[in-house]
Amino acid sequence: MTGMLHLLGRQTLGLVSGFGDFALFSARAFASVMSPKRLGRRVIRAVYEQGTVCLPVILIVGIFTGLVLGLQGYHVLKRFGSESLLGALVSLSLVREMAPVLASLMLVGQAGSALAAELGIQRNTEQIVALETMGVNSLGYLVAPRLLAALLVFPIQTALFVVLGLWGGALSGSLLLGVDSGVYWSSVEQAVEARDIRECFIKAAAFGLLSITICAYQGYHADRCRSATGARAVSASTTRAVVLSSIMVLVADYVISSFFV
Amino acid sequence: MGAANTDFLLSVEDLHKGFDGRPVLKGVELGVPRGSVFTVMGPSGTGKSVFLKCLANVLQPDSGRISFDGVHLSARDHAARADFRRRCSFLFQSNALFDSLTALENVALPLEQTTSLSDRKIRERSLEALQQLELDNFRDKYPGQLSGGMQKRLALARAIVTHPELVIFDEPTAGLDPLRRNAVFEMIAKYQRRFSFTALIVTHDVTEALIASDRVALLNHGTICFEGTPSEFSASGHPVVSDFRDSSEALGHSLALIRSGEASKKQTSPLAST
Repeated sequence: MTGMLHLLGRQTLGLVSGFGDFALFSARAFASVMSPKRLGRRVIRAVYEQGTVCLPVILIVGIFTGLVLGLQGYHVLKRFGSESLLGALVSLSLVREMAPVLASLMLVGQAGSALAAELGIQRNTEQIVALETMGVNSLGYLVAPRLLAALLVFPIQTALFVVLGLWGGALSGSLLLGVDSGVYWSSVEQAVEARDIRECFIKAAAFGLLSITICAYQGYHADRCRSATGARAVSASTTRAVVLSSIMVLVADYVISSFFV
Repeated sequence: MGAANTDFLLSVEDLHKGFDGRPVLKGVELGVPRGSVFTVMGPSGTGKSVFLKCLANVLQPDSGRISFDGVHLSARDHAARADFRRRCSFLFQSNALFDSLTALENVALPLEQTTSLSDRKIRERSLEALQQLELDNFRDKYPGQLSGGMQKRLALARAIVTHPELVIFDEPTAGLDPLRRNAVFEMIAKYQRRFSFTALIVTHDVTEALIASDRVALLNHGTICFEGTPSEFSASGHPVVSDFRDSSEALGHSLALIRSGEASKKQTSPLAST
């Protein structure tokens, strides 16, 4: 019984201390946006890295999500004789939920994991310590440009996902299942309001900041891994970064949605 | 060996550091004279890396004083720490080069991030450093495309590009063959004279260190048990110094004893006569 209490206490303290450490890291990372020199170039580089790496995946997943939504939506709406509302169903599903969540998960899998692995290797090969000994703010140099890039890339990729998804929905609904194209696009136009688009972009930006901060934290502290060292620690921290970011994107999705519904 | 002694560019007084109640540094005292090549030697596991990490502010000492140019580097004195970082460079055992940056970008990095120089001036100074280290033909190569010796020179180019007064070398010859070890010490001595920086080297290569250094110190079990000139080190009768200095001779004696023991066994063994 005492052993169990000890274990519970240790786990709780570990969790609280972990949250505190993450909060401090995040605060320092956001504050460091003000400090580094020649930040613009590094932000452009980060935008290029995050944006181009994920573009093909966003294109494919966006089109197929729209295709599936069109197909499933058509058969559900047909039961109620409301095929004309297919555009509304596809667009609202995409704009309010699926595009920000799926695009962020794709970005976490590609850009987030790459960031965690890169920082983990830089930690292992003393590159981060070298920066600190040079008097360079390592968070400002390595993390701040990625955070600013995420603020741009996540909403842009989400918008792209929405557009491709709508085209996918039109393709399956109009071209394959016979819903009138004019009816489809008119339904899209009538259903989507400014607040839906605002929700979409707020979610995308929030998911971007949250997931890139988590991935950066895991990679930056790859040397703290208790179960492994060296390459295995980098691998473990990358896995943890992707898993935690994905979970937190879904948690944040619920929290943000509850404010808008 | 006081902190106020201006003959010393770097001085360390009564430095203590431990982990989980286990002391690693137990009152290290050291003074590095300006313009000298100062080598700290010591067997593996005696706290050399911990000592360097305390100097680099990667680890916070439990107690003691580190002074640079007569100014105490207190953990709270950020201005003094920043001044130390600006005037001091580290050369890591692993070189710690940025593998995603070219040789030129690696050298330019400290200037880009810590000075207000123009892009043109930064490029000029970086190219000059590469030229001085005979690497100007490799400016667009990535560290992974360079040999081990070139990487070491590139790390030195990055260390000297800011014109530091003190360069700290962490095990610069670790894992190198004797010829390359000589080349690295030769490189340090050559460039130390050319750029007039003070060099603090941490190594366990006795022979090369004694030839290349102006002063040497021996770190053993967390304390400095010897400090003096290389000739004083060679003549010292201190048991730890002589053990460390004559380790190759001791190995020769041990091997001779093992071989003579085997020979006598062979002679006494009944099988030996058959």
